[in-house]
Amino acid sequence: MKSDMITYSAADPQSISRPVAKTADGKNGSVPPENGKISSSRRVKIGVLQGLMRVSFVIILALLACMIGYIIYRGAAHVTWTLVSTSPSLLNDTIGILPNILNTLYIVLMTLVLVLPLGVGTAVYLTEYAANAKLVSVIEFATETLAGIPSIIYGLAGMLIFVQFFSLGTSLLAGALTLVIMTLPTIIRTTQESLKTVPDSYREGGLALGAGKWYMIRTVVLPSSIDGIVTGCILAIGRIVGESAALLFTAGMANEIMNLGEAIQPGHAGSTLTVALYMYAKERGEFDVAFAIALILLVLTFLINMAAKLVAKKLRRPTQNED
Amino acid sequence: MATIIQSENLNLWYGDHQALKDINLSIEEHQITALIGPSGCGKSTFMKTLNRMNDLVKSCRIEGKVTLNGVDIYKDMDANILRKRVGMVFQKANPFPMSIYDNVAYGPRIHGIRSHAKLDEIVERSLQQAALWDECKDRLKTSALGMSGGQQQRLCIARALAVEPEVLLMDESTSALDPISTAKIEDLCLELKKKYTIVMVTHNMQQANRISDVTAFFLLGELIEAGETKQIFLNPTNKKTEEYITGRFG
Repeated sequence: MKSDMITYSAADPQSISRPVAKTADGKNGSVPPENGKISSSRRVKIGVLQGLMRVSFVIILALLACMIGYIIYRGAAHVTWTLVSTSPSLLNDTIGILPNILNTLYIVLMTLVLVLPLGVGTAVYLTEYAANAKLVSVIEFATETLAGIPSIIYGLAGMLIFVQFFSLGTSLLAGALTLVIMTLPTIIRTTQESLKTVPDSYREGGLALGAGKWYMIRTVVLPSSIDGIVTGCILAIGRIVGESAALLFTAGMANEIMNLGEAIQPGHAGSTLTVALYMYAKERGEFDVAFAIALILLVLTFLINMAAKLVAKKLRRPTQNED
Repeated sequence: MATIIQSENLNLWYGDHQALKDINLSIEEHQITALIGPSGCGKSTFMKTLNRMNDLVKSCRIEGKVTLNGVDIYKDMDANILRKRVGMVFQKANPFPMSIYDNVAYGPRIHGIRSHAKLDEIVERSLQQAALWDECKDRLKTSALGMSGGQQQRLCIARALAVEPEVLLMDESTSALDPISTAKIEDLCLELKKKYTIVMVTHNMQQANRISDVTAFFLLGELIEAGETKQIFLNPTNKKTEEYITGRFG
């Protein structure tokens, strides 16, 4: 009876000595073995690899800094109160992008409201419920293909389907619906990946306490994968904010101020910041305005992503705040 | 002593492989029943039929009957209600990534308890039953994942006890723990059997001998021998049982 206690303690010194033997083999370079030295060839390898990592880090950082710096340098001087607070006026000969800022926010909101339930729901179904592995792989293949299609094709399809067939007209709504289809693969994929990282032991633990499957998914699985869902949202927001081709044909190029109630109705066209940027730079050669818009886009994207992260923080532990 | 769980001619297949063959076993109230046998002998599979966790395995097919207080759990009982009455502690501690409090309150919340006072009471009682209250009463709101392995396993026991089950299934629940934590959980089992019925799967013969009242020996999907632990260990009737518990194979 007591023999297993004895074997345990007898095995103890062995288990301590084993990792030391491993470092002597040179398996773990960061912990010095007994003599405190590692071979010079290993030291060179480690040095080269660490050097490469540092270089790539610096390159990425420099690229980002240059890009942001250049946009600020070219754009900052042209961001004026008139620009951000009015719509363009031919009479006064001024350019304003308030309608475009609002349209961007509306379209982000509308798209997310529609794509999140669809995408998260699909991902939950595919990962947690679907029993037919063949069907799942077909759907996954289809969504991956969807993700690879150039956005101009979404624009054409959106125009034919939403603008014309469903008679929504060139409108923010048609644009948002087009973007829903475009961002769906992103949301499904990131949600699925993050659902797969939730250990099965959580699921078993929930079910073993008598939880129904949906209750268990809602209270354990989804809160554990909220980070992945937010990552998906941020990627989707990036695509929405950065999209021009798919919106040119579907949401149109109008620059009028709308409230949210108007924006969600069919027939109300409007251009987002990116579409406006494209128009000012390409059609009218107003590069100062284009860079000012670019700067505002950067700030806006940053703010939206921050908001998404805040929401995630609030959502992460839904049961924790109950008491 | 009353029988609480009874399996009759229980057969189970995973696809074409028959994992359990004609198992007839009664589990008595307020006793610790140990299921022993070499890996792959069907003891864990058998235990999972008792709270229908095998339902989650797609290729699994079951014939025969398992009753809980006389009611057929596969025909006349909802799986969620069964699992409330027959709780389970797994091999590896699996606390949810929530606070200690929320882990214990998870079960009662499923079953509709919302009152804070009631939940507080259940959490305290369950943690006390799992001999964990004194160690964590000051940090109930901190994440359960910050606890040690042994504490996490006792938390899982507390979580299972919080729904007031009648039977507690323990699937090698001490195999990943150090001897001190193991001893704590064994003491706990001896305490808990006064109120609950415990079925445990174990690879540790000493453990089965130390704490169980009844031992059932499985081999290749068959129940070779079941009886009082003393008799099984001192005077097994079957040659294979003797060979296994004396360590000649396994």
